[in-house]
Amino acid sequence: MADIIIILSTLLIAIGILFNIFGCVGLLRLPDVYNRLQSATKCVTLGTCSILLGVLVRYGFASIGIKALVAIPLLFFTATVAAHALAKASYRFGIKLGEKSVHDDYKDEDYDVS
Amino acid sequence: MLEILLYIQTGLCVFCLYRIIRGPTIADRMVGLDIFGILVVGICAIVAILTERPYILDVGIAWIILSFIGTITLAKYLENKKLNE
Repeated sequence: MADIIIILSTLLIAIGILFNIFGCVGLLRLPDVYNRLQSATKCVTLGTCSILLGVLVRYGFASIGIKALVAIPLLFFTATVAAHALAKASYRFGIKLGEKSVHDDYKDEDYDVS
Repeated sequence: MLEILLYIQTGLCVFCLYRIIRGPTIADRMVGLDIFGILVVGICAIVAILTERPYILDVGIAWIILSFIGTITLAKYLENKKLNE
C-alpha cells in the first residue's frame, strides 16, 4: 500500500513537471507578449498545483500535507489575478499585438489613461 | 527519481532567465519574473519531500504572496506610463 502511494505521488509530480516543460517552451517560442503570458501562466500554474497535490498524496494530512493543501488555492487565485493585471497593464502601456493576431477585444473601449 | 525531477525543474528556470535577459520589451521581463516565482514554489515542494522538513513549504507560501505583490506593483507602475514618450 505504501509503495502504491509513493508511486502515485511520483507520477503526479512527473505530470506536473511535464506541464511546466510545456509552459516554459511556450514562454520561449511564442511571438507575442500576450501569447507568452497566456501559455506560461496556464501551464505553469496547473503543473505546480499538480506537484503540490503529489506532496499531499504522499504525506496525507500531516503537517507537510496541510501546508501543500493551503498553497494550492492561494496559488490559483494569485497567479491568475497577477496575469490578468499584467495583460491589461501591457495593453495600456502600448505594446502591439503580433502580426497573426485576428481579434482585439480592448480596441473599441476608450480608456482614460491617467 | 525525485532528484532527476528536481534537476529538470531547476533547469526550467534557465528559460525564464533567458526571457528576462533577452525580452524585447519590459512586459516580457515581467512575465518571465512572474513565471520564475511560480517555478520556485515547485522547487520548494520537491525539496520538502527530499529533506522531509515541513517548514520549507512555508518558504513556498511566502514566495507566492511576495511574487503576487511584486507583479501587481510592477503592473501598476507600467499602467501609468506610455511606450512612446
